Amino acid sequence: MDLLERFAAGDLEAFEALFRQHQREVYAWTVRIVRDTGAAEDLTVETFWRIYRARQRFDPAAGNFRAWARRIATNAALDHLRHARKETELSEDFPDAHRGDPATQSELRGHLRRAFLGLPPKYRLVATLALIEDEPYQEIADAVGISPALVKVRVFRAVRMLRGKLNSLGLEVTAK
Amino acid sequence: MTDKMNHPDEQELQALLKREFLPLETAELQRDLWPRMLRRLEAHAPRVPWFDWALAAAVAAMLLLFPNVIPALLYQL
Repeated sequence: MDLLERFAAGDLEAFEALFRQHQREVYAWTVRIVRDTGAAEDLTVETFWRIYRARQRFDPAAGNFRAWARRIATNAALDHLRHARKETELSEDFPDAHRGDPATQSELRGHLRRAFLGLPPKYRLVATLALIEDEPYQEIADAVGISPALVKVRVFRAVRMLRGKLNSLGLEVTAK
Repeated sequence: MTDKMNHPDEQELQALLKREFLPLETAELQRDLWPRMLRRLEAHAPRVPWFDWALAAAVAAMLLLFPNVIPALLYQL
């Protein structure tokens, strides 16, 4: 019986082996979505907790554990964005890319940050992965469980929402 | 599908977003999370309700105190 079969049968040692094999990848994916190291650690554990509870639904013969884990991690991260939406402010774990920008840019940056954080979670998720992390649409589609075309639509709508919010504040977006 | 952000306006917004939020492709886990996972599993391990333990203790005590009921009990089973 191989590792995945033993995991599906409820073998804790097999689960531990899979956890150790995949925890870094699940964390790396999750932190790119939630952009908070502490939350990403919690969500990595939450992801594997969901995986463990759903082990009987995993088909070792047909299943791709990595893809399955990523899908569950994405759902867990999306749940986090939904629940944390009102309080969420990006963590200072990761520095901004542009310290020392002219003060005239700071207003636009602040509004852009708030507008981005204010996006509906399902749009923010795909926008983060597509626009900031440069993930291919196909990868995002597989992780979210939607078609690449729908990913493109959501990215387009996210951009439109961002632009609309910034325009309503009288701010014009130009990348200089 | 790899066609992304073709419109110049969209590219401008993407460039601004990338300046505001650094890509995190190199973010790495700094510690092993298995101990936390194990605590989570243990916290949710199935537990026998206290009432079941009390019932089992009462039956064991009765069998010890009144061993002559064992044949009657077996007969009923």
